[in-house]
Amino acid sequence: MNKYGKFAVLMAIIVGSLGFLAYSGIQGNTTYYKTITELRQMGDGAKVRHVRVGGDVESNSIVHAAGGVMFNLVQDKQTLRVSYEGRDPLPDTFRDGAQALADGRLGPDGVFHAQEIQAKCASKYAPKPGMAPDQLQPGAKPAVVNSPMRSSL
Amino acid sequence: MENVGALALLLAFCISLYAIVASVVGRLRNRPFLTLSGERAVLGVWVLISTAAGILIYSLMTGDMRMAYVASHTDHGMPAFYKFSAWWGGQEGSLLFWSWILSTYAAVVVVTSRGKHRLLMPWVVAIISSVQLFFLTLNAFVVSPFQVLALDKVITSVPNGMGLNPLLQYWAMVIHPPMLYLGYVGFAVPFAFAMASLIAKAPGDAWIHTTRRWTIVTWLFQGTGIMLGSAWAYHVLGWGGYWMWDPVENASLLPWLAATAFLHSVMMQEKKGMMKVWNMVLIAGTFFLCIYGTFLTRSGIISSVHAFAESPIGKYFVGFLAIGIAATVWLILDRLQYLKSDAELESVVSRESSFLFNNLILLASCFAVLWGTMFPVLSEKFSAEKISLDAVWFNRLMVPIGLFLLFLTGVGPLFAWRRTSMESLRKNFQWPGVGMLVVVAALFIGGMRYPYSIISLGLCFFVAATILMEFIRGSRAINEKTNIGLIPAMIELTHRNTRRYGGYLVHMGIVLMFIGWSGHPFNQTAVGEVNKGDVLRVGSYTLKVLDLTQGDHGDYQWDTATLDVSKNGKSLGILEPTRRFYKIAQQGTAEVALRTRLNEDLYINYAAREGDKATLQAYVFPLVTWIWVGTVVLIFGTFVCLVPSKVARSWARTEVVDVKKVNVPVKA
Repeated sequence: MNKYGKFAVLMAIIVGSLGFLAYSGIQGNTTYYKTITELRQMGDGAKVRHVRVGGDVESNSIVHAAGGVMFNLVQDKQTLRVSYEGRDPLPDTFRDGAQALADGRLGPDGVFHAQEIQAKCASKYAPKPGMAPDQLQPGAKPAVVNSPMRSSL
Repeated sequence: MENVGALALLLAFCISLYAIVASVVGRLRNRPFLTLSGERAVLGVWVLISTAAGILIYSLMTGDMRMAYVASHTDHGMPAFYKFSAWWGGQEGSLLFWSWILSTYAAVVVVTSRGKHRLLMPWVVAIISSVQLFFLTLNAFVVSPFQVLALDKVITSVPNGMGLNPLLQYWAMVIHPPMLYLGYVGFAVPFAFAMASLIAKAPGDAWIHTTRRWTIVTWLFQGTGIMLGSAWAYHVLGWGGYWMWDPVENASLLPWLAATAFLHSVMMQEKKGMMKVWNMVLIAGTFFLCIYGTFLTRSGIISSVHAFAESPIGKYFVGFLAIGIAATVWLILDRLQYLKSDAELESVVSRESSFLFNNLILLASCFAVLWGTMFPVLSEKFSAEKISLDAVWFNRLMVPIGLFLLFLTGVGPLFAWRRTSMESLRKNFQWPGVGMLVVVAALFIGGMRYPYSIISLGLCFFVAATILMEFIRGSRAINEKTNIGLIPAMIELTHRNTRRYGGYLVHMGIVLMFIGWSGHPFNQTAVGEVNKGDVLRVGSYTLKVLDLTQGDHGDYQWDTATLDVSKNGKSLGILEPTRRFYKIAQQGTAEVALRTRLNEDLYINYAAREGDKATLQAYVFPLVTWIWVGTVVLIFGTFVCLVPSKVARSWARTEVVDVKKVNVPVKA
């Protein structure tokens, strides 16, 4: 084999094996972003896939129970029952009315079993450009960086 | 005041435009006075942007709450240090900061290179000014930092600002963004020189020699910036990690990887006149990845924990990138005949080929990171499903890539140019190779079962051994001639060829970092809800809760756990992890208790409190300190690379080498 052939073979091996790793990795390590409506429409697919849903935490719905925390996530008037079963403590920003992202799977019981919760306080969004100053409450926070999100970091 | 600042930016915009036109016309029509005025315009732009920046800083420091930027990023109670850092704390200010650094770099280039490169300079000025013009467009017209708050067209002020996120009030976080920006922006200079030499059809590698130090310094800034961010995450966020493949982290890593490839492949051009096209592509790629990274962090197209507020500037960046990349590609294709290679590859086992594979691997990793980062956007475009790839996917690819690079770090520098003989392979690699096998076998027998960690530690030994052998062999040769002792001989050796031995030190830093990463699979975790008197065990440590206390400190409430730490029954003293909750920001922060040793860190985070019970997270992170040690070695090695070599001069006086008693340090 001439030298260019050798180079070509070596490079093909390297690129090929990386390509294989990348492709095969996509099967297992992905998270699908879904709305609650989409999640309902996914049918059985939702029960195997790792999904991320977002929404607002319904007020007075947080219940601390043995082995986890139950709460309702509301998005576009759709409500999803979520059971948090992750190991890490919930972030400080997780509370009534907060915006939350839940990562997990939809169980056969229709309850979403989350392994990770990220939350940010809805009142702490950066003011949109052009917002009147009286809405700029002192003490409100721009979202330069979100909450610590320990669970996701 | 704010009007003066806005006016200064507007003027800077006009003068940048003038600098481009004057330089190009002056060069094409051969009018030296025009090109000279173009260079002076660059200095003028610097004065104007500095004025604008000065006004913004003044407003921040004095707390002028009429200004939207000041009100949303500072408050009256903040220490002056953090008030100043608010300059780069938000969208508008950080873009002005970008502009200011670029204009400073441009001014330095003009002042230092004026006498040289007469044919290149007008093009350099024109290219840098074009980039400057783009950023000034954003500064002056799109996201001005000088907007004032108004209610029904009456300028109003708010009583107090919104302050800075308490998580960011940490020293490393204050210098981390400027470091990264110094890196991001700096690549504009080598890029400008590269393109200028293409436009001017300048023969030779003048642009590489001129910009070598720029590239290295810029690369150093960027690397330091990345590692500061990493250190901040480890010490402040309370989860004990240092890298999570977040899009913004990736955005800073991408140009760094491309630049690392560039730093290596320019050596091929300098030494052998090869890979000329490739180097053009790499430096252009690095520069555009810098712009792309700036874009990624600001446009909000990818959700990230670091995200700036969403803003309309994304489309400007897309436009700039599209035009810039198209122009660069056209230019390189048009000038291909000036980029002919002077030599050919001869053997797979050669220095040339190791550079080639180094580049291939770095570029592959760059592409992998880019692909993974953009995957949510791409998948939404092509399959209508928004899918994100998690850290597991990145690690799956990047760990083998990293290990292969580590291997090349060991063998590459010791391969000979053109082809390597079996004899030299044996001489260079026999003992390190045998040592590596011994280390691997010992680790396996010792019970280690993580293949990547075993391979990594084995390779670390291999690379470290080859580097040490190089130092010892070289300094022995000097010592035999001069008898100055082995250690002074080593310093002399390094001084004679700072690029080579500084490079080895950088490689050594990388090896140490790999040692740190190898410890990752052995991390141990324990989470416990504890009360006074309870005991939590993690690894070989026992944590006895002596007390749980709370208090109020004005700005924040705090919770502290007082823990008596012992290891294998031996007391190690008291650790006090604390949690703070800032009232205004409604934000908790962790004051992690850390016991750092070279073999492992004990890391305790006070996660939460409910009633009497505290949730503690305790971790043992083996070897993690080596990552920071490696970073310091890497920085030191890079500084060594920047010291001028003695070799070029001592060649001229080889005949007096034997009587060299006076090792006069060469001053730069």
